[in-house]
Amino acid sequence: MIAVELRKLFRRPRTWVTIGLLNALPVLVAVLLAVTDLAPRPGEGPVFLSAVLTNGTLYPLAALGIVLPLFLPIAVALIAGDAVAGEAQAGTLRYLLARPAGRTRLLVAKLVSVFAFVFVTVLVVAAVGYVVGQLLFDVQPIGGTSLSGTTLTSQQIAGRTVLAIGYVAVSMLGVAAFALLFSTLTDSPLVAMLGALGILVASSLLFTLDAASSFAPYLPTRYWLAFVDFFREPIQWRDILRGLGLQAVYVAVLLGAAWANFTTKDVSS
Amino acid sequence: MLLGLVLPTSGSVQLLGEPMPRAARRVLPRVGALIEGPAHYGHLSGRANLALMDAAGPGGSRRTRTARIDTVLEQVGLAGVGRKPVRAYSLGMRQRLGLGAALLRRPELLVLDEPTNGLDPQGIHEIRDLLLDLHRGGTTVFLSSHLLAEVEQLCTRVGVLDRGRLVLQDQLATLTAPTGATVVETPDPQQVKAALDGRVLSLDATRAVVQGADPAEVNAALVAAGVPVTGLQLQRPSLEEVVLAAASTSADRVDAPGERSRR
Repeated sequence: MIAVELRKLFRRPRTWVTIGLLNALPVLVAVLLAVTDLAPRPGEGPVFLSAVLTNGTLYPLAALGIVLPLFLPIAVALIAGDAVAGEAQAGTLRYLLARPAGRTRLLVAKLVSVFAFVFVTVLVVAAVGYVVGQLLFDVQPIGGTSLSGTTLTSQQIAGRTVLAIGYVAVSMLGVAAFALLFSTLTDSPLVAMLGALGILVASSLLFTLDAASSFAPYLPTRYWLAFVDFFREPIQWRDILRGLGLQAVYVAVLLGAAWANFTTKDVSS
Repeated sequence: MLLGLVLPTSGSVQLLGEPMPRAARRVLPRVGALIEGPAHYGHLSGRANLALMDAAGPGGSRRTRTARIDTVLEQVGLAGVGRKPVRAYSLGMRQRLGLGAALLRRPELLVLDEPTNGLDPQGIHEIRDLLLDLHRGGTTVFLSSHLLAEVEQLCTRVGVLDRGRLVLQDQLATLTAPTGATVVETPDPQQVKAALDGRVLSLDATRAVVQGADPAEVNAALVAAGVPVTGLQLQRPSLEEVVLAAASTSADRVDAPGERSRR
C-alpha cells in the first residue's frame, strides 16, 4: 500500500512541477546576487544570504531560508491537502476503500508518502542550492565562519548542514499534519490546503503580536528558523529541541484527530 | 453500506454471509464493484490504473497481475487502448475501464450501479452479453439501475426500493407473469364487447382486455362473431407497471409536508 502511494505521488507530474517551481526562487536570488554582487547586509533579509557571497557552501542553507517562510509550506500543504480530499474529489477514494485498502492502512500510506515528499523536497532544495552555490559563488575550501564569528571546518559545516536540513524537514511535518487532517474533513483539496496555510499565516501573525505572547511559544511556526542555531558556536540546542518537541506534539495530536475522523466517516462522494 | 463505505448507525449488514464492515478484508476481495460511475487517475493509462488499484488491496496476486489486466481489458473491449492517459478517454471507455477494474479479481459477486451509463447501443449490448456470460460462469451480478428495459433483459430476480425501503422482491418471471387476461387489438372494440359480453374487463379506442388466458380461444370466439382482430396477446404487467404499483412516488421528488397525506 505504501509503495502504491509513493508510486502515485512520484509518477504524478504535479509533484515534480511543484518541486521545480519551489527551486526557481532560490536560483533566481542566487543569479541576482552573483550578477550584482549586492548582498543584503548581515542581519537583514533571509538568513545566511549575506554570507553566501564570500562562501558559496552556505547557499543550501540560504536557499532553505528563502523558501521556508512561504513557498515550502505551500508546497507541502498542496500535496498533503490533496492526499485524501483529492482521492475523494476524483471518486477514487470509494474504489480504494471498497478494494479494500483499509482506512487506517490507507491513511498511514498517505502519511508516509507525504512525509517522503517533504524530505525529498527539502533535499532537492538543498541539493540545487549546493550546485548553485558551487557554480556562482566563491567557495572557501577550508570551512567558514559561524554566526558567532568563530571559524568552522568544512566538515563541521557539512555535518551541521545535514542537521539543519533534517530540522527544516521536521518543521514541515507539522504543516503536513494540519493539511492531512483537513484533507480528511473535506472533499475539496483546495479547502484542505488553504485551511493549513490559514493556520500558518495566523500563527506567523500572532507570533509578532505582543498581546499573544502568552501562547507564542506554542505556535506551530515559532521555532521554524531555529535551524540557524546549528551554525552558532557552540550549537544552541534550546530552541532546536523545543522546536522538535513542539512539532512532535502537533504531529501526534493532528494525526490522531485525522485517524479518528477518517476511520469513522461515511465516504459518499 | 454493503461495501463498507458508509457505516450503519444501527442494524447489521452481511455480504457473502460475512458481517460488514468487520470482515471487509476477507470479503471485499471476492467482490467487484462499480459505484456511482467509474473513477480513475486521469494522468495514468488505463493499464496503470488497473495495476495501482490491484496493488492497493489484498487478494490480487502480483505474479498474475499483468495477465489478469490483459484478460479484463480484452473482456471489456479496451485491449487496444495502449498508453493513452485516462484523461483522454470517452465516457463509455471510462465505463468499460471501471467495469474492467471490477472484474480484475474474478469476483464471486459483482455489484454494479448503472453499468451501461454513457455507452452507445452497441456498447450496451456488448456489456449485457459480457454480464450474461459471467453469470453463466457462476458470478452473481447485483445490478442497480433506473433503466427498466435493461433490468428486464438481464435480471432473474428484482427488488424495488421506495424511499430507501425494499418494498418488493421477487423473481422477474413471477412479477411479470400473465394475469389471466388477453389483450385484443381491434379497430372496433365495441363489437368485442357485444360478442363477449361479461368477459370484457376494459376498453379503449383500439384495444379491449378480455378475461381468458388462452388467446386462441378468445380469437376463435371473436372470429366466429365476425369481429375484426388485428392483434392478440396475453396480458402481462410490464416491469414499469410493477414498479409504479410498488413504489408510490419518485425517490427524488420532494413534496411539501402537507401533501404527503393526500397520497
